[in-house]
Amino acid sequence: MTPLGRALGYLAMILVGIVVVTPLLWLVIMSVSSTRDLTSLPLHWIPQRLDFSRYHRLLSLATNSDGQIFLFALRNTLEVAAGAVVVSFLLAMPAAWLISRREGKLDRLLLLVVATYMLPPLLFVVPLYRILSGFSMLNSPWGLMIADSTIVLPFTTWLLKGGIDSIPAELEQAAAIDGANLWRIWIMITLPLARPIISTTILFGVLIVWDEFLYAMIFTSDQSAQTLTVVIADLANGRVSDYGLLATAGILAALPPVIIGIFLQRALVAGLTTGGVKG
Amino acid sequence: MLGRRTLLLLLPLGLGLLAVIGWPLVQTVWLSFTDAQLGDATGNFVGLANYAHALRSHGFRHALQVTLTFSLSTVIIEMILGLLIGLLLDLPLRGRNILRGLLLIPWALPTVINAMAWRVIYNPDFGALNALLTQTGIIGAYRSWLGEPGVALTAIAAADIWKTFPFVALITLAGLQNVPRELKEAALIDGANAWGRFRAVILPAIITPLTIAAVLRIIDTIKVFDIIWIMTRGGPANATKSLSIMVYEQAFSFGNAGYGAAIALLSVAISVVLIGGYMRVSRAQPATA
Amino acid sequence: MSRTAWLACTCLVGLAVAGAQHARANTVLHGLFMAQAGYSEADVRKMTDAYTKLHPDVTVDLEFVPYESLHDKIVLSKGSSHGYDVVLFDVIWPAEFAKKHILMDVTSRVSPAINDGLEPGSWTTVTYQDKRYGLPWLVDSKFLFYNKAIMAKAGITEVPTTWPDVIKDAKIIKDKGILQYPLVWSWSQAEAMICDYTVLMSAYNGSFLTADGAPAFQTGGGLDALNFMVATMKDGTTNPHSTEYLEEDVRRVFSAGQAAFALNWSYMWSLAQYNAKESKVTGQVGVEVSPGVPGRSKISSVNGAMGLGIPTSSTNADAAWDYITYLTSQPVEDAYTADAIPSWKASFQDPKLMDGDEGPMARAMEQAEGQLFPRPFVPNYQQFSAALQQNIQQALLGKVTPKAALQAAADSINGD
Repeated sequence: MTPLGRALGYLAMILVGIVVVTPLLWLVIMSVSSTRDLTSLPLHWIPQRLDFSRYHRLLSLATNSDGQIFLFALRNTLEVAAGAVVVSFLLAMPAAWLISRREGKLDRLLLLVVATYMLPPLLFVVPLYRILSGFSMLNSPWGLMIADSTIVLPFTTWLLKGGIDSIPAELEQAAAIDGANLWRIWIMITLPLARPIISTTILFGVLIVWDEFLYAMIFTSDQSAQTLTVVIADLANGRVSDYGLLATAGILAALPPVIIGIFLQRALVAGLTTGGVKG
Repeated sequence: MLGRRTLLLLLPLGLGLLAVIGWPLVQTVWLSFTDAQLGDATGNFVGLANYAHALRSHGFRHALQVTLTFSLSTVIIEMILGLLIGLLLDLPLRGRNILRGLLLIPWALPTVINAMAWRVIYNPDFGALNALLTQTGIIGAYRSWLGEPGVALTAIAAADIWKTFPFVALITLAGLQNVPRELKEAALIDGANAWGRFRAVILPAIITPLTIAAVLRIIDTIKVFDIIWIMTRGGPANATKSLSIMVYEQAFSFGNAGYGAAIALLSVAISVVLIGGYMRVSRAQPATA
Repeated sequence: MSRTAWLACTCLVGLAVAGAQHARANTVLHGLFMAQAGYSEADVRKMTDAYTKLHPDVTVDLEFVPYESLHDKIVLSKGSSHGYDVVLFDVIWPAEFAKKHILMDVTSRVSPAINDGLEPGSWTTVTYQDKRYGLPWLVDSKFLFYNKAIMAKAGITEVPTTWPDVIKDAKIIKDKGILQYPLVWSWSQAEAMICDYTVLMSAYNGSFLTADGAPAFQTGGGLDALNFMVATMKDGTTNPHSTEYLEEDVRRVFSAGQAAFALNWSYMWSLAQYNAKESKVTGQVGVEVSPGVPGRSKISSVNGAMGLGIPTSSTNADAAWDYITYLTSQPVEDAYTADAIPSWKASFQDPKLMDGDEGPMARAMEQAEGQLFPRPFVPNYQQFSAALQQNIQQALLGKVTPKAALQAAADSINGD
């Protein structure tokens, strides 16, 4: 590279870095600034005194406090995420294996599954509401888990199929010749080898559920089932007038997915790029 | 024998899809041909009246225009920015791992939190954007970002682009990293015909991931709901009322479940057309994936 | 009724209810409330705790949603197995809820004591076609709040008593460079804006509908009101960011000392005047009933009351009614005057209220109470309001003239 190109490259990197970091940094500053600093004119960029009380407030379990609402929502989000991911995995795994091993003959089926991603959640809200209501599963993490599976399931099938593609079928055939049945082959060979893609799939599912808002807003109503996105939307829509508390809630709620993202960056991106759909 | 096993293996997924997607979808399609109201079990069959009403109505055309504007502008900018930054991150420069790590944060941020954060930043009286722009002299006076029809959709699009261009950049980068280093270096050193090298070496490596990214983004932006709901709820003066917001308003606020279902299905049709068009264009590329 | 007598009564009623439901030991009531304005979430929980102490056999699950979600949540819950037993509803919904059979008709449950004890004006909140669908709970209007310190700085000694005077004072404040935008409103595309518009319409003596139910706002007082709004945008007395503001934004701007005048619900009074954590203008706030327009009206108002009702899907209507009568009772309302001014006639005779911290707010409320100006009672109110919201914003943002905007709203309502 020429020195000029190198310099331009660094300049561009710094610029991108600033664009990405500035809003995040401001979120952090807001979370530790006093309300007075945040409503001053001209704006106080640097807080006069660090105020961590909001973190304390959101992480306390006192009855009916903001903290209780927040922490219960965190628990609900984890429950829903775990449930939706496990259910999706169990349903998708056999089919994903089969589609992969048939090498193209069932690709149309996969395409159909993936195409359901095109359907907006709003399309399902009214019927799902009636179904969940019929089973008394409104305002329950279980009901939301089922609803969220509509989004997680197609992704899971797609990612798993792509991952299984990279496991040589010969290994399984060798085991089959030795007399192992399909169940044993999976346990002994396929699943262990597919571990990287399985963990990617699981964490990707968690990210999807963590992001989901519409179903959670409509199908849940109180602390027993509400997830983080709903709580934050309620906060933003007038429950509190303290921007600092909004920022704090946002930071705390975003930490788990961000940590997952950084931890997983290579696997996630690789999973998406090697996914089963062939141009 | 083989047939039965095939069936057995497909059964869990098939049943699952039928239960949570197929059956609700059938119900929605049926709803769209009725005048059903929310809360009432059934409505009267009205044929294509809901669709005809939507296509004729000014509200639908406006929402369609908002949706397409949002979708096309964000996807195009995200793809270009993402591609450039993906290429940048592939250069042998120091600190690129740090930048790659930083890019993951906006991408992993839940949409609702991103929307909330930008709404606070855009706040006209106490927001950071006005403070920053006036203190650096770029604008003379505080202005309204989400309260002016001409600006609100752009402001929302900017927030969406900030969150999503990193996704495209990371996907581009992953594709580039599959290209052998010698090949890339050869392409770089021989700068004489940069475009030709780009087409021969770089493009084949990234066209598939980029296509996937573009398709996912088109789908997501046609469905856009969360970010608008949190930031403006469709205002001011309907300037940000996308199809999804219109569906919500019709189906839930006004209780016109049948009409809402028809609009939702029309938006799916638009996704299909856009993706079909995109596929056609991207397949026309010489590079194969 | 004295407080002790009343408490004794509640206990008796409680015992009776407990006795009647002897077989089912525990009644669980699901209540849906609003987490904004009016009674705060914490205080509703306190009232409820006090109630369940009196009724150990009843537990109440409370849910709080933003105002923007309240209507849709109530409608969605219809016909679902997970229904509510008590819902807070806005004055504009009884017509729709009656038509869709979402709320129970409770006319026969209202005792004469309650019937006569509440301010007569408050009953319009829960009444549609002579049937009552609940008890009024938050009687409210929008009031003119002003900042005494800013007015003094501008040399204004008298509180304006007409809207033209408000604008005149605002211009003085603007011209002296004290504030760039002296007025702030909640004019985002939401119900909040319709409430502000209603206040001004009542000031200009306009009406939403003709006698036979056709739109009438596009002429006369309705048009004058929008002309007034647009004029204040143009002359720079109104904060132009008002077009993206809800009530809480108005409170934030006013409480930061960034506005001399603001139109808001009564809940802003104690927060802005007494709560130093929320407000930089404590001790400087004044409140009056919204002014009128010379030759048209003396004062103006909007009926922003809410009510507590029982959804038809509830299986615990008796217990729900008992809980509602407790929440709306005078002793409970009198204990939480910082949140909302009571709806009981007798409360306004109580020196503790009228001369206490809430006195100025209560006096303004007393004036408004007699003539709360209603928004139209139409079953398709949501569409009606949405059409007005979007078209009024078009005018406020200078895209179309007020006349054209209101005509377009009227056309779209007629078209439905």
